[in-house]
Amino acid sequence: MRGAKSAKWVAIATAVALGATACGGSDDGDSGNKSNKGGKPEGYVSIDVGQPQKPLIPADTNESNGSYVIQSLFTQLLDFDGEGNIVYTNAESVETTDSKTWTVKLKKGWKFHNGEDVTAKSYIDAWNWYANIKNNQQNAFWFQDIAGYADVHPEKGDPKAETMSGLKQVDDHTFTIELKSAIPYFNYKLGYATWAPLPKVFYDDPKAFGQKPIGNGPYTFEKWTPNKLIQVKANKDYQGPNKAKNAGVQFKAYTSLEAAYKDVLAGNLDMIRQVGPTDLPKYKQDLGDGAIEQPYAAIQTLTPAFYSKTFKDIDPKVLQGLSMAIDRETITKTVLNNTRTPAVGFVPPGVKGNQDLGTDVFKFDPKKAKQLVEEGGGVPGNKFTIQYNTDGGHKEWVTAVCESIRKATGVDCVGDAKADFATDLEARDNDQVKGMYRGGWVADYPVNANFMKELYHTTAEANNGRFSNKEIDDAMNKADNAKSLDESVKAFQEVEKKLVEHMPAIPLWYYRINGGHGKNVDNVVVDFHGDLEVWGVTTK
Amino acid sequence: MGRYVARRLLQMIPVFIGSTLLIFLMMYVLPGDPVRTAMGDQQFDPAIVASIKKDLGLDQPVLLQYWHYMTNLVQGDFGTQISSGREISDVISEAFPVTLRLTLFAFTFVTLVGLGLGIVAGLKPDTLRDRGLLLLTLVLVSMPSFVLGILLQWVALEYGGDTFKATVTDSTNFSELLLPATVLAALSLAYVARLTRTSVAENLRADYMRTAVAKGLPRRRIIGVHLMRNSMIPVVTFLGIEIGNLMTGAIVTESIFNVRGVGIEIYEALLRREGATVVGIASLIVLIYLATSLIVDLLYAVLDPRIRYA
Repeated sequence: MRGAKSAKWVAIATAVALGATACGGSDDGDSGNKSNKGGKPEGYVSIDVGQPQKPLIPADTNESNGSYVIQSLFTQLLDFDGEGNIVYTNAESVETTDSKTWTVKLKKGWKFHNGEDVTAKSYIDAWNWYANIKNNQQNAFWFQDIAGYADVHPEKGDPKAETMSGLKQVDDHTFTIELKSAIPYFNYKLGYATWAPLPKVFYDDPKAFGQKPIGNGPYTFEKWTPNKLIQVKANKDYQGPNKAKNAGVQFKAYTSLEAAYKDVLAGNLDMIRQVGPTDLPKYKQDLGDGAIEQPYAAIQTLTPAFYSKTFKDIDPKVLQGLSMAIDRETITKTVLNNTRTPAVGFVPPGVKGNQDLGTDVFKFDPKKAKQLVEEGGGVPGNKFTIQYNTDGGHKEWVTAVCESIRKATGVDCVGDAKADFATDLEARDNDQVKGMYRGGWVADYPVNANFMKELYHTTAEANNGRFSNKEIDDAMNKADNAKSLDESVKAFQEVEKKLVEHMPAIPLWYYRINGGHGKNVDNVVVDFHGDLEVWGVTTK
Repeated sequence: MGRYVARRLLQMIPVFIGSTLLIFLMMYVLPGDPVRTAMGDQQFDPAIVASIKKDLGLDQPVLLQYWHYMTNLVQGDFGTQISSGREISDVISEAFPVTLRLTLFAFTFVTLVGLGLGIVAGLKPDTLRDRGLLLLTLVLVSMPSFVLGILLQWVALEYGGDTFKATVTDSTNFSELLLPATVLAALSLAYVARLTRTSVAENLRADYMRTAVAKGLPRRRIIGVHLMRNSMIPVVTFLGIEIGNLMTGAIVTESIFNVRGVGIEIYEALLRREGATVVGIASLIVLIYLATSLIVDLLYAVLDPRIRYA
């Protein structure tokens, strides 16, 4: 038995050693969280918002989780109401006479959460920092309209200057923005969260700031437990129109939409931004008055790759025909569970310039669809593919759309599944889409230009279908140079009418938010890009 | 004995390097770029993508990247996440304890209940209680974990009250971990019960059992020592592998019950193409597999004196 005995000891010793190291790890990992046992302070409201992808710096955040937190902590010059009209927040006024030089007057008496005054300099310095290529800010291109952008953000190499020549301080609460060329709707761009100001402490240590931001917004930062919770407290001294009506907000991370939904039902969570597909059929009964269903300014399209064998030099009539072969009404009602509204144009409602195009191209009409496809010479090979990512719940509707097209026109249509979003994006960026791809766009600012110029202009970065048409480009450039916002919007409305003739994409439907709130809160309102306005939520 | 352990420990080094290299290369070969992916559907600036990649060293040849990664790893530096900029060691030290708690909970459950049921059934093979157990385990084996998970969640929501929670909000609270641990344990519990039952039933007929009975040993000793020790070998092998499976295979369960463990973390990192995070977590799991298999091998010698390691 000697051998067995010693074996026993070694085995036990190894197990104990492993166990000890493992337990050691477990203890320091969570000691900080024990105080908060899923509960929340009095008067706070909670919403399911996951871990932001990036540190909390306004110009480095473009996904929705981070945006929620950024928007609660920072206030930029202006914001929009439900109809897409400007509401001034930190700005007293943003005015121009020639659309090229804009004068910004700030409201006086605004302070950052650390007590520092919000001045013209807070804005100018922040914008210069954001735009500088050295700082690797994801949204740096938002500042490209400003004169001198190329000096701080050259396409290659180091920046030539630290500041953009287009930004000039007039006095403590006034500054001017000079643009490279006139843009009549530039003030609308300023509503994006990226244009927020920064306090002086930011520049001491941007990295630490990103973990513990100090803003000028309706809430002040309290704590961030990664992958679990971000908590912000109402800012009592806030002077903007969007002053918090609750004591604070908890942004809670969930591993799935379903888990979050269960917590709303159980009363552990107040608001949910999106109900998962499995719960959609019954969420209205479950939540009663708390159910939210509202359209917002986002669109989904089928975008042909105009470099692909199938769609190179295609007759737009074929695309019009394919568009008419899609039974949008039925698909949105059944497969998509009413989470979308059938599209009737390229610009969704809630956006300035949304119009009735007076065309039947977006109506389901199998006979005319078939006729148009035939007149246009048909789809080469009588077959095309729709590329989508399988990790986003797109498979069902792609299959339904294909089925609809096949039945109506006899053109064979198959899904081209990419394993995940990363793979899908890479194929789009590298011009490797074989037929069409699933395109999506959420309004950055609620003006129709945003849904056309950024998507279908030859030079637009997001124009992954590589649609290029000189006539359309010229018309867009002209609309950009219009004298006033109204004229520009009108000119873009003309562009939209022309787009129907050229079909750079087949609009499918506009998004709706299908969310809800529990019994403990009230006054939950949706803004134009589909975010719940947490500041206005009240507790019962 | 000691030499055997030393040799096994040394063998772990090439296995560890090989497996991390493989995972690293696989992450590299996957289409999709972590920096670009973080920018999403909307407009982005290629100059920024290039600049960030340069700062992170992602523009270098893959073997050089691997070399940098490994030299840092040896010094205990797991690197930082690309998009969030968080230390990967922080990410791991948050996720691992959660998974570890869940796994240990499930594992204890599997061992106690699985072994118990298996012994109870195996001692009286082909009786009603044996048949009943076979049926129960059949149901558990054939039920996908998400079905069981959602079912239990619904039950907890309707009837659970305050004791049973449908989702986990505090992973240090063992009563909240009860449901996910049960779901996680269900499948392996069925296997363990069946394995134990077969093994016990078979060994009951062995010669040494008859000898022990003939010697007049008390029944407790016959079953507790002679029978159990010999029946445990296949079960221990299974349990050893299972501890690794429980840790990594919990993605579905973790996502249903909102447990932020290793499974979710590695899955999300994979979707974002966070190579360093995936390799970091995966290599820890490789280590755990290696360690448990060593313990299992050593346990053989404890259970069966005829097995010796020189």
